[in-house]
Amino acid sequence: MGVDGLYGRSGAFEHVIDRINAAISVIGDPDRPEVMRFPPGIGKWQLEQSGYMRKFPQLAGTVYSFFGSDHEHRALIEMLDKGGDWTEAQATTQVALTPAACYGVYPTVAARGRLSDDGALVDIYAFCFRNEPSIDPARMQMFRQREHVRLGTHEQTVVFRDLWMSRGRAIIESFGLPCDVAAATDPFFGRAGKLLATQQREEHLKFELLVPITSKEEPTACVSFNYHRDLFGRAWSIETTAGEPAHSACVGFGVERIALALFKHHGFAVKDWPRDVRDVLGL
Amino acid sequence: MAQPVEARVRAVLKQNALLQADIAGLADDADLYAAGLTSHATVNLMLALEEAFDIEFPDSLLRRRTFSSVNAITQSLDEIGVHKAAA
Repeated sequence: MGVDGLYGRSGAFEHVIDRINAAISVIGDPDRPEVMRFPPGIGKWQLEQSGYMRKFPQLAGTVYSFFGSDHEHRALIEMLDKGGDWTEAQATTQVALTPAACYGVYPTVAARGRLSDDGALVDIYAFCFRNEPSIDPARMQMFRQREHVRLGTHEQTVVFRDLWMSRGRAIIESFGLPCDVAAATDPFFGRAGKLLATQQREEHLKFELLVPITSKEEPTACVSFNYHRDLFGRAWSIETTAGEPAHSACVGFGVERIALALFKHHGFAVKDWPRDVRDVLGL
Repeated sequence: MAQPVEARVRAVLKQNALLQADIAGLADDADLYAAGLTSHATVNLMLALEEAFDIEFPDSLLRRRTFSSVNAITQSLDEIGVHKAAA
């Protein structure tokens, strides 16, 4: 699309994406998660309250638009015709691009009041944006995450994450893909970010399932398993039945990356993929 | 009058660590994480210490252990040249 990291998708590619999602549903649906779907944008205030700008300012995207008069519109066109920076005529809207699929979940759950004893389990699927232009096709600026998000007590969220770490590996292995699970860190910004990253690693809060796609030496994270402790519970005042800040965890499947891994390892013609992989995916 | 490093560290902790317990009641070797220091408060603490002592923690010290107690902090400061006798 003329910008690194933005891609159109073919019908064949989208069909594989649909089947990956269906395979995730086969494993996840029996838990009866509540399905929530959000647009690829969230309220700018939600981005602010989530703490995202404190940790990942370099990745965030905010939507801008034109709010000016006819006179200012003419000036904008003139600037455009001159090849100048016409975006100066724009101002920020109330919309930010969704940075991770689960960001819509926390304010929604928070608005319902205190959690029940069972906590909450939510199935999410959304386009996300990260400002990281790259020619690596596995590092897109706009991509979809399929997530399950768990909110509840420390015990409930850790059980959830451990369960999905084994499920995630089983799903990817059933797709005939080589993979490894490794401790990981988020791309926090700056020197404060280095401290956050080392703490995240030392406390075993994030793991990624890695599959070689564009490089064997630097395999690509296709699934991530994240335990947030009570970070979002505190940010959104979500409480357990005991009145404590809720803990949360999520598993996120990068569906485009998994599709790219399938095409990389099994070839571009789906009909030539191994029989058992096609059976699992219903292809 | 110059304050000992421990006292200055305690003053920074009082302002920035958002501890559940009163810092005055914690021993120099008390675990600050057990006292409620969160990873995000650790970031504020790091930045506040850098400002208070006019230093920059090297990457090798940007870890949880560096900020785990008053003693750990003074020891880390000592490593980067802020000595106990210093003003």
